[in-house]
Amino acid sequence: MLAAETSGRYWGGLKLKGWDSTLPVWVGASLLLVLLMAFPLGAIFSTSVRNQAGLTFGNYAEVFTKPAFLTAIRNTIIISFWVGLIAVIVGGLLGWLVTRTDLPWKKTVRALVMASFVTPPFLGAFAWTLLAGPNAGALNKLFRAVTGGDEFLFNIFTMTGLIFVMALYSFPYAFSMIANVCELISSDLEDAAVILGANKLKTAWTITLPLALPALLSGFIIAFLHSLSLFGAPAILGLPAGIHTITTQIWTLFQYPPRLELAAAFSVPLLLATMVLIGLQKRILGRRGFSTVGGRGGQKRVVKLGWGRVPVFILVLAILSCSVFLPYWILLKAAFSRAWAMPLDWGNFTVENFSYVLFQYSDTQRAILNTFKLGILTATTGTLLAMLIAYITNRNILRGARYLSFFALAPLVIPGIVLAVGLFIVYTQPPVVLYGTVWILFIAFLTKEMPIGFSQAESTFKSIHVELEDASRILGANRLVSLKDVTAPLARSGLIAAWCFIFIGVIRELSAAILLFAPSSKVISVVIFDLKEEGQVGAISVLGILLLAVSFLIILAVQRLLGRDLVTARE
Amino acid sequence: MRKSFYFLLFPLWVSPASVSLAQDAALIQAAKKEGKVVWYTSLAIPSSTAIAHAFRTKYAGVDVEVHRTGSQRVLQRVMQEAGAGIKNADVIHTSDAGHFVLFKDKGMLMKYIPKGAEIFPAGFKDKDGFYFGMRATLSVIAYNPKSVAEKDAPKTWKDLLNPKWKGKMVSAHPGYSGIIMTHVLALVNLYGWEYFRELAKNGLHMVQSANDPAGVVASGERPVGANGAEYFYYKTQKQGNPIKIIYPNEGIPLVVSPVAIAKDAPHPNAAKLFSEYIFAKESQQLLADREGLYTGHPEVTYPADKPKLKDLKLLSVDADELEKKNAEIKKRFVEFFGA
Repeated sequence: MLAAETSGRYWGGLKLKGWDSTLPVWVGASLLLVLLMAFPLGAIFSTSVRNQAGLTFGNYAEVFTKPAFLTAIRNTIIISFWVGLIAVIVGGLLGWLVTRTDLPWKKTVRALVMASFVTPPFLGAFAWTLLAGPNAGALNKLFRAVTGGDEFLFNIFTMTGLIFVMALYSFPYAFSMIANVCELISSDLEDAAVILGANKLKTAWTITLPLALPALLSGFIIAFLHSLSLFGAPAILGLPAGIHTITTQIWTLFQYPPRLELAAAFSVPLLLATMVLIGLQKRILGRRGFSTVGGRGGQKRVVKLGWGRVPVFILVLAILSCSVFLPYWILLKAAFSRAWAMPLDWGNFTVENFSYVLFQYSDTQRAILNTFKLGILTATTGTLLAMLIAYITNRNILRGARYLSFFALAPLVIPGIVLAVGLFIVYTQPPVVLYGTVWILFIAFLTKEMPIGFSQAESTFKSIHVELEDASRILGANRLVSLKDVTAPLARSGLIAAWCFIFIGVIRELSAAILLFAPSSKVISVVIFDLKEEGQVGAISVLGILLLAVSFLIILAVQRLLGRDLVTARE
Repeated sequence: MRKSFYFLLFPLWVSPASVSLAQDAALIQAAKKEGKVVWYTSLAIPSSTAIAHAFRTKYAGVDVEVHRTGSQRVLQRVMQEAGAGIKNADVIHTSDAGHFVLFKDKGMLMKYIPKGAEIFPAGFKDKDGFYFGMRATLSVIAYNPKSVAEKDAPKTWKDLLNPKWKGKMVSAHPGYSGIIMTHVLALVNLYGWEYFRELAKNGLHMVQSANDPAGVVASGERPVGANGAEYFYYKTQKQGNPIKIIYPNEGIPLVVSPVAIAKDAPHPNAAKLFSEYIFAKESQQLLADREGLYTGHPEVTYPADKPKLKDLKLLSVDADELEKKNAEIKKRFVEFFGA
């Protein structure tokens, strides 16, 4: 601590007095970061208050009076509220079960939550159209076969269906937050309650729950925000039933004739809502004055589930079936079928979908290439930039360094589609036309994934003492060399994790890509969405499986390399 | 091999044909130099891929980059790229003839008359020679015979208004598909907007592409398709799926889908060669045989189990009217159907 302060002050003084040869690197990285945010957000605000005549608030007036827009806003709020609630209940339950109880197969459960987290929501939504379409859906057919009736059990093309699917792919966010906190709550207070005569339920209700409350609230907010920003799932499940959300409505505004000014005006409330909620979450988490949470000192006792062990495990399995087993099964089946709704017998079996996707349909090859190129490029650049920025904020190299972390985390409050609206406005007109190339996607992904990369790098640097760096500097290395030769190797595992998160984030991204792609810069997610619009079930399934397989391979490789679990280690 | 053999014969013929063949050879050479043609198309993925494949086989060295999406998305793409000054598209094809009125108005098309197109009927030709109809698509009703008995099946557009079809129908979307855009205008001209207001009460499952209802009906997700591309229903049926097509006798929307070359085409010669190919009898026959489409080519023959166009009552719409009403149709459709 002392060393850090001394070093900070020393360098803080020096940057005015002398010239640090590595200064341009730090200033450059900081400027780049600020500009990444400033351009798209500036474009959104300035476009939203303008029309042909000049300055106006007419766009806002139109957005907030037209029934279609108001309905979209209402739908979004209703959906996100329920998604948040379900996610926090499911995520909280699972988080508690895997950290504090004797639930069997905890490692597997964690791995399956990880799988739900990695599954792109649009792919899950697509799989659920095959599972629970009211008439041809596999589960509804099964239901009819069992009951002999002609009713359906569940119609996925409804508000309820949409909430259900979005909750399935939002709960891992709440899970990781709550599981982390549960790891940290010591059992001392719980023990005290038990000694004073409280039973298990009462202890959980009066001690554990209040302690976990900040994490629950913040899990709710995270899941709420995640669902707010989703585009693919509502487009796939909502539009067929005539249900619009804010994101699908923004997307519609890009149709010819485009109404960019309305899209911008409609983006602003989404942006503000996210800002307010993130601020709220920060306050909730920041105010937790519980000495009992956060220390690792206390004892943790495992709660024995007793006779409930098996039923609870079955419940867990049922939840994870909905997010992982069932969707994966139907995707596999559809990938190998001529007609997905028919039983998969020899007459219906085919590998044509694979050869079609991989060798015949020209869009997919290019898209696969683009996706992995962008993934590697963004992950590498992003990790590098995040590392530099985290280093600056951590070692306080520049004046005002702490404001940089605000910029690095800012994209958290920018839903992908809003970011895309901004980037579209900036980069479709001179001086810099990037639209039509993969570079506009690169910028979008780099911006969007910055918070993940930054928070990983930041927490890694925090844990590395400056002494070693100082030693290296005393021996004559400059800051950059020290970072490269001393600090970065020590931070290796954190940086690899950051790379991995960014890569996976990029290859599953749809909500920004859907507005920014051009024919030659299509990525897999966009092709899947395209194929969905034409109803090419087999081809979508093949691409989806490919996407999942690559994601899992990377995660497995990284987990093996690091020897730890990625999802709960996430910030 | 065969090609080079014919080449030897060229000088022996002293006729106008040899002049045009020499021109062809020059065009092929120039196209090969450009290497590829970029095709923005709304023709179904399997069909456009097939055409591209046949073209590549015939003219080795000239690739076709197929970019397939719905007509309205092709329009969006072309206009966005024009706005950003991007020159990417060579050949444009959608099923909304109104688009080509707009493109032509804005001076975005190159005037080029493919030789094969000369013998096409008037409805397939722009009088100024900017665009020509590549194919004719019908929008029809279809049902799944596993779920609906033939005697109960809807026979007319009006039948679809019957409340017994509530929750049982699928429709494609005019905000995506040019075929459905044309379909909606044709039926509005026939029955007025009242028809769609009534239809919406039956709670239709909304998909985007006019090709998608075929899959939805075949899987039984919705037993009745309230509209959709006839050729795709036909193809899906031929693949062994349970689909029956109804050709309503009130009249069937006829969608003539134009092809044009972009004025700023980056590969103009390849684009011309590709246009020549599209309107040649060979590929027009391929569209009819392989893809189940109708075309404007007078010499093309059709599968025996498809009705002849002259036996059907067809509803045509005017391209100018389509262009003028594009925005209104999208807006009112969304009002009725929610999305």
